[in-house]
Amino acid sequence: MVEHLEQMSFQNIKITAALGFILGAVAFGFLPLLWLGFVNGFSGFDAYLPRVVGFTLKQAFLSTLFSLLIAIPVALAFARRQFWGRDALLKLFSVPLALPAIVAILGIVGVYGNNGAFGGLFSVYGLSGILLAHIFFNMPMAVRLLLTRLDAIPAENFRLGAQLGFTSPQVFRFIEWPQIASVIPGIASLIFLLCTASFAVVLILGGGPQATTLEVAIYQSLRVDFDPARASILALAQLAVCGVLVLIAGQFTRENSVFPRTLSKLRRFDGESALMRMLDIAAISIAALIILPPMVNILIAGITNIHVSDALLRATLTSLGVGLSAACISLLLGWVLADRAAQHATKALRAVIALACLAALIMPPAVLATGWFVILSPIADVSRYAVLLVIILNALMALPFVWSPLFPAIADARLRHDRLCASLGLSGFARLKLIDLPTLRKPLALGFLMAMIVSLGDLSAISLFGSAGFITLPSLIMAEMGHYRMDAAAGTALVLAALCFALITLAQYWSRSDDHA
Amino acid sequence: MSKLFASLVALLSFAITAEAKETLTIYTYESFVSEWGPGAKIKASFEKTCDCTVEWLGLGDGVAALNRLKLEGANTKADLVLGLDTSLTAEAVATGLFGKHNVDKSLAKTPEAWTDDYFMPYDYAHFAVIYDTEKMKVPPKSLDELVNGDPTQKIVLEDPRSSTPGLGFLLWMKSVYGDKSADAWKKLQPRVLTFTPGWSEAYGLFTKGEVPMVLSYTTSPAYHEVAEKTSRFQAATFSEGHYLQIEVAGLIEASPEKALAQKFLAFMMTPGFQDFIPTNNWMLPAGETKDALPDAFGKVVKPVKTLLFTPDEVFKNRRAWMDEWLNTLSK
Repeated sequence: MVEHLEQMSFQNIKITAALGFILGAVAFGFLPLLWLGFVNGFSGFDAYLPRVVGFTLKQAFLSTLFSLLIAIPVALAFARRQFWGRDALLKLFSVPLALPAIVAILGIVGVYGNNGAFGGLFSVYGLSGILLAHIFFNMPMAVRLLLTRLDAIPAENFRLGAQLGFTSPQVFRFIEWPQIASVIPGIASLIFLLCTASFAVVLILGGGPQATTLEVAIYQSLRVDFDPARASILALAQLAVCGVLVLIAGQFTRENSVFPRTLSKLRRFDGESALMRMLDIAAISIAALIILPPMVNILIAGITNIHVSDALLRATLTSLGVGLSAACISLLLGWVLADRAAQHATKALRAVIALACLAALIMPPAVLATGWFVILSPIADVSRYAVLLVIILNALMALPFVWSPLFPAIADARLRHDRLCASLGLSGFARLKLIDLPTLRKPLALGFLMAMIVSLGDLSAISLFGSAGFITLPSLIMAEMGHYRMDAAAGTALVLAALCFALITLAQYWSRSDDHA
Repeated sequence: MSKLFASLVALLSFAITAEAKETLTIYTYESFVSEWGPGAKIKASFEKTCDCTVEWLGLGDGVAALNRLKLEGANTKADLVLGLDTSLTAEAVATGLFGKHNVDKSLAKTPEAWTDDYFMPYDYAHFAVIYDTEKMKVPPKSLDELVNGDPTQKIVLEDPRSSTPGLGFLLWMKSVYGDKSADAWKKLQPRVLTFTPGWSEAYGLFTKGEVPMVLSYTTSPAYHEVAEKTSRFQAATFSEGHYLQIEVAGLIEASPEKALAQKFLAFMMTPGFQDFIPTNNWMLPAGETKDALPDAFGKVVKPVKTLLFTPDEVFKNRRAWMDEWLNTLSK
């Protein structure tokens, strides 16, 4: 009993510390701005604001919708099929997440732009271009996240389905959908927030100020006009819009369905009809057609321009260092949050945890950085701690990517193992080593990897805290472009993409190395 | 793994190394101190003349440097700010943080005589539309021809909300069209492929072959000539004249290193600083250089007329002009 109580209080300390850290960081970011806005007499309610909010919602909604509409059939097809190149294609699906927006945009423009191989098919400037770029970034991520859930379906379910003579739609209805339905609201809010926060894509492919999102407006009022009153109003609008959406999405999150599971090898009996084959081939081809041509363009532009230099090596090491540190922090926070949410959390606590997870995507990084700066600059020389602040900001931004694969897996594992562990008196480190780590190996690896990839490609955090000599791969790309070295920048971008691919291969090797299945 | 860890530790600790000598902290824009910028060379060059250390802090751009200063106020760590331009100087002086430079203003070799007591210029260039000679045989000969020309021949511009050249072009339009600039923007709009967040993205789209024209500087062809040995990209000469960007530096009045900052500003006008400007910052030097400029700079377009608002005019009107641009184009 005493031990049980100790266990409980340790749980409470962990979750309080994690939530305190995240919400504290966000509050420190937002409150100074709010205060500055208050002092300057909030202003900025004008005809411009609803127009900007309207456009923000429209493009984010459409981007989310299309990304998911494509991702769901693609994920189902991947789960059903084994084919040559499947693994490599899936690995490539993680790469867009690591690409700085300008690299992906140049890739897309190189294919569909005025001078591209498929130029003239449609205009990449305007809403269609924004949607295409957002689908390029988010659809493959959604496929990977959905696939982890589909892969977690026990083989017995499909065997049972086959015995009952389920058709493909019935397999979907009774076996697959219940699994992915529990994660779709989470993935949808993640994509929605990423598209709301999208900056370079909206500016470059939007074609002009008619395509202005809240994020762009906040950036303008903070940096160009230096108008905290307006910036705080815009940030409040962003907070309200995104916060409400995240809470609504949370309402649709279903309890996971948990099945008893043995370690028998997964075999699919469904989807053998010619029609299903055609549909799956079509789905995977469409996804490949969206992802591959821009990547090939990036590859061709970069391959002859990789010059191994000191600057490149240093930037690679710095990026790896920042990415590893941010991913560690993110994984630790995400694990604590997911673990607590999986243990009979009340609705309110669950909502707080969900918001905390997405906090750094709801609050624009420019707002957070400004607030931190206002708080920290009187006590410390901020530029000396720029590295640390970038790591923390990246860790917070990567949190939802850790959460997405981890939470459903932990919820499953908890339901399955809690009683067993309680009856065996297994807890603490022993449980971690014997039960949790082996079962959670895959989602932990995926979460860590995605967090790292997100941090590798991030440019916003580093451009907010200037510091001489602190150069990551994305900032090297920008520096090269800023000095007319567009070719060298293409080479560096390819190094970043290749690094990402190598990390994915490594992570997959690690998470499979002693798989029983 | 241990190597990675070691580099991480090194990364974290380099930020905390102690200083011994007098240190001059200079806020500037990122690209001035990047690998190919003149920052490191100028630091070494100045440190030879003083028993001091120069510490650069690279922030996004001139606007970001000024905003950092505003946030820090009197607590700023900066002794000197380098990289503002004349559209920002009035706003900078209004913060009350800057002090007079006391450098001989006649040392400044700018297109018009230098009169600012607070800032000294270190380089300049006129904005220009750069065109691809392989795609465009007949470039526009005036801003008016650009505005009214063939809308299928597009240009990439920078967004004035986030980019200095973007703001420069907005001021260029304003100085040529005055009250009628909203109409002119409306006419130009179909010719603009897109407005990018910064110069780099615009120039990237241009060299990728996406558009035949981009807004850049008169000095851009010199880069291609010197570094890439090609004269494919040329600057179009506009009959109304070209808007000028002058980059400046100024010292912080309350800085404990004010004397050293003053010394740096004087040094800035000499070859020890200026020699690194042309082929590192790709702008025209505003002071004495040791050698003549590379030939390519001799071919740089010399505008028939220099257009430039005073810093005060920009300070007073920038917000209104930007709103006008925003409202004209977002409808």
